[in-house]
Amino acid sequence: MSQAADAGAVVPARRTSKRWNQRTLAPWLFLAPGLFMFTVYVLWPIVQSITLSFYDWNGLYNADGDFTGTFVGARNYAELMTDPAFETSLWNNLKWLVLYMAALPIGLFIAIFLNQTVRGIRLYKSLFFFPFVISQVVVGLIFAWFYAPNFGLFYLLTETITGKGTAILANPDLVTYGIIAAGLWPQIAYVVILYLTGLNNVAPDQIEAARLDGAKGWRMLWYVVLPQLRPATFIAVIVTVIGALRSFDLVSIMTSGGPFGSSRVLSYYMYEMALGEFGFRMGYGAAIAVVLFAIMMIFISGFIWKMWRDETER
Amino acid sequence: MFPRPIQQSGKGVQWLYTFALPVALVIWLFPLLGVALTSLRPASDLAQGNYFGMPSGIAWENYVYIFTETPIGQYMVNSLWVTIPTVIGAVTLSLMTGFALAVYGFRGNILVFFMFVAGNFVPFQILMVPVRDMTLQLGMYDTWYGLALFHIAFQTGFCTLFMRNFIKALPFELIEAARVEGVAEWRIFWFIVLPLMRPAIAALSVLVFTFIWNDFFWATVLTQGVDSQPITAGLSSLNGQWIAQWHLVSAGSILAALPPVAMFFLMQKHFIAGLTLGAVK
Repeated sequence: MSQAADAGAVVPARRTSKRWNQRTLAPWLFLAPGLFMFTVYVLWPIVQSITLSFYDWNGLYNADGDFTGTFVGARNYAELMTDPAFETSLWNNLKWLVLYMAALPIGLFIAIFLNQTVRGIRLYKSLFFFPFVISQVVVGLIFAWFYAPNFGLFYLLTETITGKGTAILANPDLVTYGIIAAGLWPQIAYVVILYLTGLNNVAPDQIEAARLDGAKGWRMLWYVVLPQLRPATFIAVIVTVIGALRSFDLVSIMTSGGPFGSSRVLSYYMYEMALGEFGFRMGYGAAIAVVLFAIMMIFISGFIWKMWRDETER
Repeated sequence: MFPRPIQQSGKGVQWLYTFALPVALVIWLFPLLGVALTSLRPASDLAQGNYFGMPSGIAWENYVYIFTETPIGQYMVNSLWVTIPTVIGAVTLSLMTGFALAVYGFRGNILVFFMFVAGNFVPFQILMVPVRDMTLQLGMYDTWYGLALFHIAFQTGFCTLFMRNFIKALPFELIEAARVEGVAEWRIFWFIVLPLMRPAIAALSVLVFTFIWNDFFWATVLTQGVDSQPITAGLSSLNGQWIAQWHLVSAGSILAALPPVAMFFLMQKHFIAGLTLGAVK
């Protein structure tokens, strides 16, 4: 009898421990493939790049397959400090960041304009999203055509207004603004999508209550609608910052950093140094990438901090 | 609703709105319309300086030309070879990681999750040299799978964020009930969670398709020849050869833009659901 009781006690215990094991092991098994790929292709390369930024390396290995780089300490970073091309890139990145923020008010404005229920509005909305869906390479080519000297629409427009056409992509003082305008086009479309969804979810009773209190127009927008759009605004800021700092494609397609390197940004300058015609300066390129990474980290930390707050609040 | 529905305004305002909509749209899409029209303009028009006047005819031959005289068809095929495996790979991996992070409260859960999220925002340049070097070492440089493997890994970050939040929003009682019944964990994943993931899978598939089809940076870094270059990189090198032959550049651009645009129109609901994730709560 005592044996039977023992058996009865043991079986559930063993069962729970097996269960417990399964539940401790399961998440890691599910995570393994994704985590492995992510570590190999994203996390580890970040560590490698940071290490590499302290080396001088031309990207080659010797006959035995050994790394040929030499450790130079912080010399790459010291060189950056006095590199005028780096300074130009950094300034241009700042211009991108600041001017890209224009996508938010413009996007909000278009979203408010489109947030109606009239015939065919769905088609209009989709057509407004259009620029976001097409590749930046195509956007770059479209705007290169738009800006083209002598026959481009922008050139003709400036010619009509000022009497003298402006070839914006050939002008070192204006070129970056020209590229930013091209980048804003799809970026605004993205913000429109975000705000339209946000506006759809604004609590109608609050709007009505505010309306009864006599709020309208700007005051309604500022005090009632915008606070409710905060999640949308947050995402819009994040994607706009990322978009601004990832400005490689347009610069590469429209100007290749020119004229005279005046439209370079960090992402493009890094590519030029490591793989471009200036030779394979991998370590120097890595140092530029680390600076860009550090700038991005400020925003990433902010995002993670907010997410962490939301998660722990729940 | 904000703004006030236009139906509540006067007739004049309503009329103005219906008039303003198409005008605004044409202005908004002006550069694109111009390129679309240029792609159908005969080369002779451009040579004579007739850029915006009446075209002397519709030149489908521009499209015929880029298909027969340039490898643009091959580039498109290459793009598919990179894009489709990436969609399948990233969605599969993130279904599993998303499930693990949403369902199990193990130690380090939030840390792993934030790592995926943060990795997603990293500038590409910090990965460029090591990833290119590794791809070379593995003999995968200039191949579709070398490029696709990187994309799968990188997209897993964004997809994990999406899947995890999606699964988190499912009723947890379903999973608990199954556990009480003694259903094995992998069966819970396969038979209970997976069938509910269809909308998420659809949304991520269209998004990842668009992202990867439009990728230019990694295509430049990891491929170089006609045999493996996707359309974005291919178009860029063709652009170098077609100096100022805008009818060809335009036709090529329109062609490269077509697949993601078609995808967007066919799957619009899913596309927007994917993009606006987190924009509303």
